Amino acid sequence: MSDANRYIPISDDDRAAMLRSIGIGSIDDLFNSIPAGLRLRGDLDIPGPLSELELIAAFADRAADNAAFDPRSQFLGGGAYRHFAPAVVDHLISRTEFYSSYTPYQPEISQGTLQAIFEYQTLICQLTELDISNASMYEGASALAEAVLMVERMKRRRRVVLSDRLHPEYLGVVKTYLAQLDVEVDTFGHGEDGAADPEAAARALARPASALVVQHPNFFGCLEEVESLAAAAHDAGADLIVTVTEAVALGLLQGPGRQGADVVAGEAQSLGVPLTYGGPYLGFMAARQSFLRNMPGRLVGESADVDGRRGYVLTLSTREQHIRREKATSNICTNEGLCALTAAIFMATVGRSGLREMARQCRAKAAYARERIAAAPGCSLPYAATFFNEFVVRLPVPAGEAVRRLGESGIVPGIPLSRYFPECANDLLVCVTEMNPRAAIDRLADGLGKLG
Amino acid sequence: METRNLRPPEPLLFEVSRPGRRGFDLPALDVPEPERHDLDRRYTRDDIDGFPELSEVEVARHYTRLSRLNYAIDLGLYPLGSCTMKYNPKVNEKLARLPAFADAHPQMPQDLVQGCLRVMHALEKALCAICGMDRFTLQPAAGAQGEQVGIMMVRAYHQARGNPRQVVLIPDSAHGTNPASAHLAGYRIEQIASNDRGCIDLGALRRRVGDDVAVLMLTNPNTLGVFESEIEETARVLHGAGALLYMDGANLNAFLGRARPGDMGVDVHHLNLHKTFSTPHGGGGPGAGPVGVKQNLEPYLPVPTVESGEGGRCTLAYDRPASIGKVRSFFGNFGMHLRALAYILTHGPRGLRNVAEGAVLNANYIRHHLAGLYHLPYDAPSLHEVVLSDRRLEGTGVRTLDVAKRLMDYGFHPPTIYFPLIVRGALMIEPTESESREELDAFIAAMRAIEAEARRDPDLVRNAPHTTPVRRLDETAAARIPVLRWTASDQKKS
Repeated sequence: MSDANRYIPISDDDRAAMLRSIGIGSIDDLFNSIPAGLRLRGDLDIPGPLSELELIAAFADRAADNAAFDPRSQFLGGGAYRHFAPAVVDHLISRTEFYSSYTPYQPEISQGTLQAIFEYQTLICQLTELDISNASMYEGASALAEAVLMVERMKRRRRVVLSDRLHPEYLGVVKTYLAQLDVEVDTFGHGEDGAADPEAAARALARPASALVVQHPNFFGCLEEVESLAAAAHDAGADLIVTVTEAVALGLLQGPGRQGADVVAGEAQSLGVPLTYGGPYLGFMAARQSFLRNMPGRLVGESADVDGRRGYVLTLSTREQHIRREKATSNICTNEGLCALTAAIFMATVGRSGLREMARQCRAKAAYARERIAAAPGCSLPYAATFFNEFVVRLPVPAGEAVRRLGESGIVPGIPLSRYFPECANDLLVCVTEMNPRAAIDRLADGLGKLG
Repeated sequence: METRNLRPPEPLLFEVSRPGRRGFDLPALDVPEPERHDLDRRYTRDDIDGFPELSEVEVARHYTRLSRLNYAIDLGLYPLGSCTMKYNPKVNEKLARLPAFADAHPQMPQDLVQGCLRVMHALEKALCAICGMDRFTLQPAAGAQGEQVGIMMVRAYHQARGNPRQVVLIPDSAHGTNPASAHLAGYRIEQIASNDRGCIDLGALRRRVGDDVAVLMLTNPNTLGVFESEIEETARVLHGAGALLYMDGANLNAFLGRARPGDMGVDVHHLNLHKTFSTPHGGGGPGAGPVGVKQNLEPYLPVPTVESGEGGRCTLAYDRPASIGKVRSFFGNFGMHLRALAYILTHGPRGLRNVAEGAVLNANYIRHHLAGLYHLPYDAPSLHEVVLSDRRLEGTGVRTLDVAKRLMDYGFHPPTIYFPLIVRGALMIEPTESESREELDAFIAAMRAIEAEARRDPDLVRNAPHTTPVRRLDETAAARIPVLRWTASDQKKS
């Protein structure tokens, strides 16, 4: 059989001619620099090859291994959110000039990517009401960890204070990133209403710390008093970092920058990036101007070419690893460029009125769902703080059991909090978006009401 | 005649925005407005200042026009050394968009997403076989995060033996991410010089190892495209001193199916799915940087791992007491895992070997036809890439940067330039297996023509490019007074 492969445009004849042209006897000779003892004898123990037709069938089988649940009856949030994305978004990111290009190191032939990132940076600044944004980070949790590292690098107080209502995975990632750097990680508590307690924050900041970190809306869906928390942080000489996991909320909520946040870092998957079982997602980071030279990651800036035409370039790269090596502001190189493009196209299409309308519908539907569920037999609401599109429900049975029982009717009612907080056995985190029609919400409330 | 719509400048989104236009709608709200109506005003905003207002037509045209200002792998050779810009199979894009995968929420109960877990498990198993390692974590989002996770595991390993050690050794030819990642993991970096073949200097290594050295980070093949032929002895020297060997697997494409890191004494390495396994670079990401380990490091893998049990049922395992912990939310860039698995299954064992053979053949073809014309600083045998330099152009006033820019006029993306740092004026060329002989010949012809131009008409080369959407941009000015966003006042000004 020929060695030709559908992605390799080198036939047996080509191969022979090329070997002749360079004066090499055989392909094996090209690998003579690998010591004989290390050369693999025999084939790799992997399946394949598959024709394209077989490949599609193989993945159709894997797809069928996932349960075919109607997305309209899923009420899952907790760091990833199901929102509507117009078809134009996927269509445009599927242009090969975007997805099959490299990092725009050669600006003369990368203006498409560069201008799109410049626009993305602007959109993120507008959304967060801050001065500067980088070109993207991996995802929300590591973006937050990088924000904490940035602030700590500037203040050097060897201590940071985090809300205990952060997404537990975000808290975990911050701890992993700081574990080897001799920085103390403390948490502060929340009030009975479920929101972070600014007085507890102030007490925790009695000992010097570089940063106060809160999530808004928090992991339990509660809105935080960002202005009071900013005051507590600034009174203690610390910076306030706000992390956002549900970026659509910023269509309705004030930009944290306006409320006093110094850095906003988190997850922007909500802005058109498919759920895809957890990634690739879109970490983002925005900050006040004073953080400019300490920002991690790539930045795109405006410039002009030798003929005076406006153009865009990667800039301030002396912060980055390829120049500064171990003294860089981060080790990040490859980021989430195509996801940033996705979010930018989403924001451009959904636009000024559309993002507001999407957020308004999320809030209205969540409020409706919350009231319906609160009225259901055996269900109660443990936290009174105001919310956006997620909230906690206390059930008469363990939440894991509720998930199993409603699953029989094709409903995924939420996330059992016991997954992260063993003491919250009967608590369920419910998320509602514009993708959940009223009839599905009614079925959810009715189902939860029959558990007792 | 003005070629409107086909040439830059393309205005910014914000400049074409007009009040009242919209590109989006939703069904009418089907629930009553909340009783106490909206949120308290202290939480809310009335508007998103400056946010664009555009119809879908304008959005589609804006981004389509922008896309035409980009070079792309589907336009031609993209010979960026150490970046492995290979063709991105179209069917893989289609598979990643199957609703069962694209719509799968990461908080779904595990029993409802067995298809996703099986894809991850199958990929881990395939990577173990391809690399000769015992386990992989698929979680790191990119190569640099893979390095960081790998070095964190090294630290946990040493910590468990009572001393995390202080130093990570890195050759002077390494990628900048190596020292940056090791620094993040809390280590001091010491550079190890390369020998006259561009490989690790074993003598220097022997003199330096000791009980303060945690690990050596070695790129293999190295950034010159040369196999580190003394890697086994390197591993023995390190292991003899209780240290470990990390391999940067960015260049794995060079020996797929021909050799395996796990047989070379490597304890831990990352690879880049967006290089070797064809997942699209996306203009700078997303990538994926899985990390393979030998048994000695398995306890420290980040949580969760994917485990396969009875009847092939897969689970996410969090109960790993020695783990370094969580390194990101959820489980990794699953969409990239899926594409990489599709690539591996398409090729099978012999196909993957063909990949390496094609990549190495193409690199050597370019080397053979250009080494007489451009300086070849190291003549050790090349695998998947060849590094040339501008030394022979001395006196013409033409430098590597100019050659790179002039290549654009010939329709090619330039190679990686000024890297590795051990070669002055480096031109690092990695053609990959995706190129036909005709495409290579056209590139070789362009490089020859540029060499001739450099002698005949150096200003032509020094002022290149001449035919691109924009010409050389003032990067110094951009860094001196950074303009990183559009503001409404720019609008009034213009």
